[in-house]
Amino acid sequence: MAEEIRLMKGNEAIGEAAVRAGCRAYFGYPITPQNELTAYMAKHMLAKGRIFIQAESEVAAINMVYGASSTGARAMTSSSSPGVSLKQEGISYLCGADLPAVIVNVARSGPGLGGISPSQGDYFQATRGGGHGDYYTIVLAPKGVQDAADLTYEAFSISEKWRVPVLVLADGLIGQMMEGVVLPEPIDPATLPRWQWAVGHSVEMGRPYNHVSSINLVPDELEAANRKRFARYGQIKKELLRYEEIEVEDADVVFVAYGTSARVSHGALEMARAKGMKVGLFRPVTLWPFPYARLLELAEKGKRFLCVEMSMGQMVEDVRLAVNGKAPVYFYGRCGGNIPSQEEVFAEVARLMGK
Amino acid sequence: MELVYGHPKSLKPIQTKYCPGCGHGVIHRIIAEVVDEMGLQTKAIITNPVGCSIWADLYFDFDSVQPAHGRTPAAATGVKRMLPDHLVICYQGDGDLAAIGTAEIIHAANRGEKFTTIFVNNAIYGMTGGQMAPTTLVGQHATTAPEGRDPIVAGMGYPIRVCELLSSLEGTRYLARGSVNNMVNIRKTKNYIRKAFEAQMRGEGFTMVEILSQCPTNWQMNPVESVEWLEKNMITFYPLGEIKNTLSTAPAPAQAH
Ligand SMILES: Cc1ncc(C[n+]2csc(CCOP(=O)(O)OP(=O)(O)O)c2C)c(N)n1
Ligand code: SF4
Ligand SMILES: [Mg+2]
Repeated sequence: MAEEIRLMKGNEAIGEAAVRAGCRAYFGYPITPQNELTAYMAKHMLAKGRIFIQAESEVAAINMVYGASSTGARAMTSSSSPGVSLKQEGISYLCGADLPAVIVNVARSGPGLGGISPSQGDYFQATRGGGHGDYYTIVLAPKGVQDAADLTYEAFSISEKWRVPVLVLADGLIGQMMEGVVLPEPIDPATLPRWQWAVGHSVEMGRPYNHVSSINLVPDELEAANRKRFARYGQIKKELLRYEEIEVEDADVVFVAYGTSARVSHGALEMARAKGMKVGLFRPVTLWPFPYARLLELAEKGKRFLCVEMSMGQMVEDVRLAVNGKAPVYFYGRCGGNIPSQEEVFAEVARLMGK
Repeated sequence: MELVYGHPKSLKPIQTKYCPGCGHGVIHRIIAEVVDEMGLQTKAIITNPVGCSIWADLYFDFDSVQPAHGRTPAAATGVKRMLPDHLVICYQGDGDLAAIGTAEIIHAANRGEKFTTIFVNNAIYGMTGGQMAPTTLVGQHATTAPEGRDPIVAGMGYPIRVCELLSSLEGTRYLARGSVNNMVNIRKTKNYIRKAFEAQMRGEGFTMVEILSQCPTNWQMNPVESVEWLEKNMITFYPLGEIKNTLSTAPAPAQAH
């Protein structure tokens, strides 16, 4: 059977992918530019007899996720930058209690209320834990509608496997644009496993009582718990790293960009190649874990890097960390809700290459 | 032979960390008794707050979930929505419920969430060492109200009567206020808890039992003085009884003639 291609907005495709992943509970609060996602979940979760709550705030929504996830259910929330800031307390607690969850950030420009146009200004927040304490969340960065659907769908199982929340970091452009998408196979939540670590159904599960908590006032015990979690992070870094490379092999200058910036950079790459310039694109798909080692390899092959972001320069710090002084790293960014054009990016790489 | 006294199964037979004369221990005890009497130990889940009773998971012998300070009703919402056939007990202190978590309790109540809140009102922040709570009485001393709570000149506001505040919300079905100052009130409070748990298991809507409770340590009194202080000052301000009862089991309102 031919696969059905549907024309969908990114926000709706993320919603449908979550429904198909067997998400049993969605909790959200309105904020532009992700409102279509919350509305989509209201319609489709309720129609399927699943849980949808328009919470009183993002703070409440993430804590509803905490409660639902404690029972082992696939649970999700979504928001945009200011709302994701409010969720940080809850995300820290989810990490402290080793609970899975899927959090979608359809990012907009900041700081403060900022604007409602797309931005990549939340990279630091997303990749450095974001809230208080020693932790990371897994961060997946889609570059379009298909990718947003695929990564959201997969986010649930990744999160359960590692017992680490997964943040899907999109931006307002990906949320709002329409593209053709082939949707993943629906999973019936009733067929999903029940977890030994969850609360509820202790008798059926044949387990002692569980206490889902992040508190521990004994320094040695808390340190041990943190070290155990970091050992898991180490494993995640080995097994989950994902990136995409386009024409990197013979490139002199490699764009490093994710999400919308990667699409723009791809356009600039094609303009450059048409003029015979050896330009490549390296696109991290996982922002945490970040593909440091591969970038170092490329640096050691003598490549230079041009980091393109919709921010004043955030991921560029990771690129510099990765290459560790072994190659020049340049930066081109737009912010405030502006998206760089491929012509602008091409002009920048042409300038760097003295063309 | 009939058992007249025993330790509840749902409460572990260990000594608590609570101070002598603290109300939390008694409240744990009557909750555990009701859970046992209803045969719900294996179906009970407590969401314990950030406050002195954060230790509740050490004492209750059933599942527990420990969320962030004040977010307890939001987390309890998540738990109960996923496990509607379980007994979800949302245990909160007055700082947790009536200050930092005000939005969460109002909206959980308004949605008619089908868990039961046990609201321990000791008119103080116990865990952090005696700061003013939203329920601290006018004139009552606290580390952050060193001359006593002064609603007007210092702008500290007035103590909040939470049952009365929530009673206008249509999602609330049962709001009662008890106290653990003496045996009679402890029995009455236990009865309120039973009514609330039974209503929850029938799926009737939001239920809450507020319990006036001693914090001798931060009131800077001995246990006996603290009971007297509660009787003289708290019960007079926070009336005991069923503040709202619109449960299916409630007696029909008297007909006006
Ligand atoms: C976000 C946050 N703010 C502040 C605290 C510090 N804190 C811990 S318990 C508490 C007050 C607890 O008082 P109450 O809810 O009345 O419970 P009690 O100890 O009196 O039973 C505070 C402010 C915290 N843990 N988290
Ligand atoms: S500080 Fe107060 S509330 Fe906390 S355990 Fe002691 S008496 Fe109880
Ligand atoms: Mg208190």
